[in-house]
Amino acid sequence: MKSLLNVKGLTTAFETENGKVISVDDVSFTLKYGETLALVGESGSGKSVTALSLMRLLGKRGKIERGDIQFDGASLQTVSEAQMQKLRGDELSMIFQEPMTALNPVFTIGHQLVEAIRLHVNIDKKEAKTLAQNMLDKVGIPNAARVMKQFPFSLSGGMRQRVMIAMALVCEPKLLIADEPTTALDVTVQAQIMRLMNQLCEEMGTAILLITHDLGVVAEMADRVIVMYAGQIVEETDVFTLFREPLHPYTQGLLASIPSMDFDDKELTAINGAIPANYQHLQGCRFANRCPLATEACRTSQPPLVEVVPGHKTRCFEWQQLQRGE
Amino acid sequence: MTTKKPLLVVQNVKTYYPIKTGFMNLKTDYVKAVDGVSFDIFEGETVGLVGESGCGKSTLGRTIIGLEPITDGHIYFDGQQMDYRTDRVSLSKQIQIVFQDPYSSLNPRQTIGDVLAEPLRVHRIVAARDIPQEVERLLQLVGLPTTAKSRYPHEFSGGQRQRVGIARALALRPRLLICDEPVSALDVSIQAQIMNLFKQLQQELGLTYLFIAHGLGAVKYISDRIAVMYAGKIVEMGTTEDIFLRPQHAYTKTLLRAYPNPDPTKRSIIQRTQKGALE
Repeated sequence: MKSLLNVKGLTTAFETENGKVISVDDVSFTLKYGETLALVGESGSGKSVTALSLMRLLGKRGKIERGDIQFDGASLQTVSEAQMQKLRGDELSMIFQEPMTALNPVFTIGHQLVEAIRLHVNIDKKEAKTLAQNMLDKVGIPNAARVMKQFPFSLSGGMRQRVMIAMALVCEPKLLIADEPTTALDVTVQAQIMRLMNQLCEEMGTAILLITHDLGVVAEMADRVIVMYAGQIVEETDVFTLFREPLHPYTQGLLASIPSMDFDDKELTAINGAIPANYQHLQGCRFANRCPLATEACRTSQPPLVEVVPGHKTRCFEWQQLQRGE
Repeated sequence: MTTKKPLLVVQNVKTYYPIKTGFMNLKTDYVKAVDGVSFDIFEGETVGLVGESGCGKSTLGRTIIGLEPITDGHIYFDGQQMDYRTDRVSLSKQIQIVFQDPYSSLNPRQTIGDVLAEPLRVHRIVAARDIPQEVERLLQLVGLPTTAKSRYPHEFSGGQRQRVGIARALALRPRLLICDEPVSALDVSIQAQIMNLFKQLQQELGLTYLFIAHGLGAVKYISDRIAVMYAGKIVEMGTTEDIFLRPQHAYTKTLLRAYPNPDPTKRSIIQRTQKGALE
């Protein structure tokens, strides 16, 4: 099957007062039609910048240095800014962590939805209004007609996120990028939003690129997982394999550092230290300073991302030590 | 682990905030943030307090330490009834609090050394000439290098700043520590470091914790008993094992079901019908 999204060697850098900072370093991955791919990592790992690079929303200081992004058979590199604006919200949509800052506080929900629809679909205002209201119904907002006339501040966090989902999915995009969509929400609301995203995207055949740091959310939603660390992909595999047999010490550390919901009194094993500040100038593996398996080779040369088992890539020289005995 | 002497007794505590409306500023109603809560914490024990935002769990923590005025009810510490108007000073040596965001709770223009020295000086915990030594002891206690004392909060990462927050709370040698979402703002791999620090400090210093959080995983890991709060009331309280394995209240069950299990073979929220990466 052909893939919806094909990212090759994506490298994104930002100009800062202290010189150029490479936030995303040679990232390659594919996303199939209808698939849910999770991008996991801690703050500063480059997961959000990867998403923003796809949407080309990097701002003035950010720039895609190298790499190619193929979306639905066409290269996004060669697309003009005007065409890109057409694609955003139509073919590829994005929802953010904080729906309050993503919605305009001075316009009604209805106004913002209608505007979004009419940017992409050539229909009159009345039809757009009906469509908007139907969409609000679909995302489970009670009394959609009234909410259409309300302003964002009068809605709760969960309701605002539903509005964002309605806006993102109203044009039935092929790809939904969800950047920490449930992080700001309470767990019960989080569960509702996860269910909603999953259900709507299955109906529409929309693929999801799910960006999160929450491994619980990943375990619930994802088909496949990419783990990022310090701007690079360190591991990639399907969700079941990742949780059963991680082949990168960072992933393994992450999994050991979250309390499981099973009742087993296991001690938490923390990953010591923190991401090194100037990791881009490191010679060796970027995780070496926190890694229990690091050898001299790890400190002097950088391991490549290798498919060590079919469908399972890792960036580690010592991955065999992590393999479980069969 | 626990002796049979309650260190803290909370009895029917209410914290109400008046709603004022109209030009006369008449009190028309009350927001009942904490609405008749009772529980005990035994010496050396960790009680977890869970609930969603707005359920009153932080307000309860702040009421216990006297940051919010108590509307009704009684709080006893070590057998003594607390009077927050007169007992402020002695109270702060007994109960301390660690906040969620260590950045906004530290003064950006104070060095870490100053942050830690101030309570020592004000409360005369050690003699003035011993303060530098005591500051170094506190830093070592929370796993920070002693060189940290001449640096400012912005030079530290989130996890390190939380360590400073903990050291500051421990400066007065309290017996009860209220931890208000102390790891929620931290990265996953750092959360475990701080959780383990809490456990280690409890063993070394015999501390008692009231651990407030919305993340069930963290609470389960650290607590001996858990109280579940909803709309200002404790709806269920029991041992950690009881709450997780034999929840009684419908809300507790809902909360447990909604919590994403970090194990894809035990999905409870989403049933994927098709797709799957391996076609």
